[in-house]
Amino acid sequence: MTESQSLWLIPILPLIGAALNGLLGRRLPKMAVSAIAILSVLGSFLWVMKCLSALGNLDTPHAEHYFTWIQSGALEIGVDFMVDRLTRIMLLIVTGVGLLIHIYAVGYMDHEEGFSRFFSYLNLFMFFMLTLVLAKNFLLVFVGWEGVGLASYLLIGFYLKEKFAGDAGKKAFIVNRIGDFGFSLAMFLIVITFGSLDFTKVFEAAAKMPVEAHAGILTAIALLLFVGACGKSAQMPLYVWLPDAMAGPTPVSALIHAATMVTAGVYIVARASVIFDRAPIALDVVSYIGLLTAVVAATIGVTQYDIKKVFAYSTVSQLGFMFMACGAKAYSSGIFHVATHAFFKAVLFLGAGSVIHALHGEQDMRNMGGLRSKIPQTFATLCFAWLAISGVPGFSGALSKDEILIAVHGKSEWMFWVGVVTAGITAFYVSRAMFMTFFGEYRGKAHPHESPLSMTGPLWVLALLSAAGGYLMRDLVHSIGPETASHGDHGSLEFIIVAAGLLGIGLAAFMYLMNRGLSQSVAKALGPVYRLVYDKYRVDEFYDAALVRPIQAGSESVLWKGLDVLLIDGVVNGVGRTASAIGGILRRCQGGHVPSYATWIVLGAALVLIGFQLVGGGR
Amino acid sequence: MMLPNAVPVSWYLILSAILFSMGVAGFLIRRNIITVFMCIELMLNAVNLSFVAFSYELKKIDGQLFTFFVMVVAAAEAAVGLAIILTVFRHRMSLEIDDVSSLKN
Amino acid sequence: MSPLNLMLVVPLIGFLICLLTPKENEGLARTIALGASLLALVFGLGMIGLVVAMPTGFQYQTDIPWISTPNIHFHVGVDGFSLWMVLLTALLTPLSILASWKSVQHRANLYYAFILLLEFGVLGVFVSLDMFLYYVFWEISIVPVLFLIGMWGTEQRSAAAVKFFLYTMTGSVLMLAGIIYLYTKTNTFDFTQLALLTANIPHEARWLMFLAFLFAFSIKTPLFPLHTWLPDTYASAPTPVTVLLAGVLSKMGTYSLLRFCVGLFPNEAKEAAPWVAALAVISIIYGALVAIVQPNIKRLVAYSSISHLGFVVLGIFAFNRWGLDGAVYQMVNHGISTGALFLLVWFLEDRRGSLAIADYGGVARVAPWLSTAFMVATLGSIGLPMLGNFVGEFLILQGAAKASFVWAVFASVGVILSAVYMLWMYQRVFFGEIAESIAGYMPDLTLRETAVILPLIVLMIWFGISTTGLLEPISAANGALLNLIEGPARVAVMK
Repeated sequence: MTESQSLWLIPILPLIGAALNGLLGRRLPKMAVSAIAILSVLGSFLWVMKCLSALGNLDTPHAEHYFTWIQSGALEIGVDFMVDRLTRIMLLIVTGVGLLIHIYAVGYMDHEEGFSRFFSYLNLFMFFMLTLVLAKNFLLVFVGWEGVGLASYLLIGFYLKEKFAGDAGKKAFIVNRIGDFGFSLAMFLIVITFGSLDFTKVFEAAAKMPVEAHAGILTAIALLLFVGACGKSAQMPLYVWLPDAMAGPTPVSALIHAATMVTAGVYIVARASVIFDRAPIALDVVSYIGLLTAVVAATIGVTQYDIKKVFAYSTVSQLGFMFMACGAKAYSSGIFHVATHAFFKAVLFLGAGSVIHALHGEQDMRNMGGLRSKIPQTFATLCFAWLAISGVPGFSGALSKDEILIAVHGKSEWMFWVGVVTAGITAFYVSRAMFMTFFGEYRGKAHPHESPLSMTGPLWVLALLSAAGGYLMRDLVHSIGPETASHGDHGSLEFIIVAAGLLGIGLAAFMYLMNRGLSQSVAKALGPVYRLVYDKYRVDEFYDAALVRPIQAGSESVLWKGLDVLLIDGVVNGVGRTASAIGGILRRCQGGHVPSYATWIVLGAALVLIGFQLVGGGR
Repeated sequence: MMLPNAVPVSWYLILSAILFSMGVAGFLIRRNIITVFMCIELMLNAVNLSFVAFSYELKKIDGQLFTFFVMVVAAAEAAVGLAIILTVFRHRMSLEIDDVSSLKN
Repeated sequence: MSPLNLMLVVPLIGFLICLLTPKENEGLARTIALGASLLALVFGLGMIGLVVAMPTGFQYQTDIPWISTPNIHFHVGVDGFSLWMVLLTALLTPLSILASWKSVQHRANLYYAFILLLEFGVLGVFVSLDMFLYYVFWEISIVPVLFLIGMWGTEQRSAAAVKFFLYTMTGSVLMLAGIIYLYTKTNTFDFTQLALLTANIPHEARWLMFLAFLFAFSIKTPLFPLHTWLPDTYASAPTPVTVLLAGVLSKMGTYSLLRFCVGLFPNEAKEAAPWVAALAVISIIYGALVAIVQPNIKRLVAYSSISHLGFVVLGIFAFNRWGLDGAVYQMVNHGISTGALFLLVWFLEDRRGSLAIADYGGVARVAPWLSTAFMVATLGSIGLPMLGNFVGEFLILQGAAKASFVWAVFASVGVILSAVYMLWMYQRVFFGEIAESIAGYMPDLTLRETAVILPLIVLMIWFGISTTGLLEPISAANGALLNLIEGPARVAVMK
């Protein structure tokens, strides 16, 4: 047991920032608000650095217990934090990227209403996200898990007057709740099976259990956890909220919906790898879902025109890759991709934000073009990310993607090929976005201007990380856990993967640089298929028709107005009406005339007397 | 002290029954409140008569006690009842019992 | 006089004084009412120390013979379970009075008098240890509600009042029959003795009594399908009274379910558990589904209450430590969160004079603090971690999962649905364009309103993070109950 590092400071600092900005922010000048926001995250970044350097290479996890949170019977759940090698990566990503995005946001949000509210929410998000990765038991993870969902909900709906923003926020929260439903059921099973939610106890006990050839309790736990992961990490069939979530401000899309929160699902699968390892059926499901999501989202990405939507679908698709890695038991490769993806996707979104900022809110790529010379710094940084996500050798994206696909190759050959094609499609649509935005001639009306230093500065840092970050973090990541198959000679496989990426770029260049009209004619030739993909396979419409409407209509007409009002109240009122009907007959006897009452009395007395005579009671 | 030609107790009871029946009949048939009221008194006194008769016959004081109670109640009733009748008459300028039917509802 | 007796007497005295104050002077009546209810709260808080130290037995007991035949006593006391119900009542009453402050003009002295009488009745229910006394308090608590709805209510108030009265009376008549039957079999009304004696009653008789109690408490809670009085009653009552109805009176049902149904007839309760739990799960999902489509904020929160109380009943009938602990914890926290929600609904209603969701929109931009408070209450109600309801719901579901995993699955669907109806409502009321009708009528929270809502929000957060202070005594009391049910004392009597 190493000495206490006061890990609690890491999440608490942003919480203090959130509280200050939330309670006092409206009265503070913008300078003070941004200082509070940035300093709180900087503080927690520095504290992470300090703790990590003090903890050394973390051969054994470092744990800290603060207080008992819930105690009932034999179940005790503490507020416990821990740092191991997996947490280390996540801490670095979350605080590092988080800090850069906070700095960026100061410039981006400068003109927006609700400046302090924004930073209060953003700091709140940092608090929950750090709680999530530091937690030492499932329930505390769940606190962060729901909490980041809340922050995401608040930030997506940040533009209060926009109806679609509110709708998108609500959708995100509810779809996430469906995932949380799985997560909480998994927790119940874990408690029943292991009697605890503590990572150490659960994983130690699970490690002693055999691999389940047929579905058993571990498979059930793993699958339910994965339902949670699907919600948070936007996998099929729960991915629908993420594209809509782009209604939020762009720094939010970069921080929450690309770099950090959406990777929480990958994190929890990697965290529970002991359980997943013993549930091969669950691993297969993870692989299939990951692959399916990667393919579906990539194809949708090809057809979209909103620059943020393209990148959103790209995020969904990349998350699919991460789960494919987990499904192939290459958890560290999955986490590696989490790290590299955090860098290049942050650049893509922040760059897109810079473009949107330059064009005063324009998001449709058909109204862009030729911006290369007008906003050169944004363009240059985006190029790094573009090459990284396309898998060009020398950039960090290539490293992690190669690892994943090689690991998948070890699991199943056909999945490898589908993955390679998807990687090619990825390169194609990101290139398409780049060409439509920065090449050709400008098609819009606004006057583009380069973004301020507070925005380009973080962009440059992240751009350099998209190139070199992979090399910096490779060893750190691989220290996490079981050696993957990436070592050894995979030259031919790597060649195929790189070729697919370059082919994608080339095809995009051919279609969008050299033959402008070609894309239109291809779209026309594909006709209904293109429409279907363009409409995102009409999944939202399907959910609407299959779930949302039936539930609403059923609740309203069957349950409320049918069962409640007609049946139950009908019965109750029926009893009442019967009673009052009987009463209505009886009240005729009560005419209010004294003589008639007297008559009744006399008649009654006579009846009593006669009755006595009949039963012989008179004597 | 025995009377030679003592009247049998049944005579008193028959008289009492006749008086009571007259009271009941009057109570049911008559429409004037004062008359109805007097009929009630008649019934009470019919009962008193039978009480006293039984008391004499059975040589017990209870019957006479009851009679006193009834007389006290009757007196109180007369006081209250006449007051009510007076008020009713002031309000409605009528002593017809059919006009006083606000007991219903 | 023990603080418990003082706590009972103070609202009663307040009630009498309020009745005597002149009806033109509503300021005097409400000051007296507020003072009396705050004084009761102080006495209540004063009891915490001793009860928390010894939560398993009844503290501050008073046992005075009242009627000799039948043998009825004035017997009261609190343990680690009822104390929290008592405190909840004592907390919500002054808040409700403070919330009504300016808005009740018509015969205000009667209004505040009835609220104090209500507090007196409800407190009595929670502390009575004599079944007959309990019944008397139970009836006392119904009467003021009837008048509060009938005289100061809104839409269709007399119909709602009558519906409430008939439903509740049906239940209490059955309950009275059960209590009398119990007396004929055991010759005592004393709860502490009854808990041991019921084991001697013949099986069929026990079943009859159990069912009578179950029926009465299911109406009060309410449990599907005996719930239809609730939306009408909650919607028609003046909203500060609804706060008490939802926050406190519904707890009379769940409290009695646990204390009397389970405490006196554990075997029958155990046998009936699958059926009751099924009804509870139906309540959870049903209440949530119907809440989704309500066009009226108050009715929406009312239906959500049905759903949440379903969780409590589920926890009770899960019949294990987790479920029971969670159920009691949730009773307290549901009182706080629903109380807060209805108070905030009342603030909206007070400003705009409408409860239709369609009449609102964009409130967040004109009244940010009101919106923030509403958001916290909403999040509390949908069980977000770090707020009190989460802890209760988690333990309930964990207990239910242990009893039967299927229950937990279906009940968890209710957790999803709660997010659907609450957030959809929140969005329509607070987000979007500012509705024309509210533009000029929506000032932010006043100082008085802040004083009303802030304690509840603080408690929500407190009970979400620091649970042990509340959970430990609850858990100890539940442990004692489980011991009593399954332990040697009862088994010995059974032989």
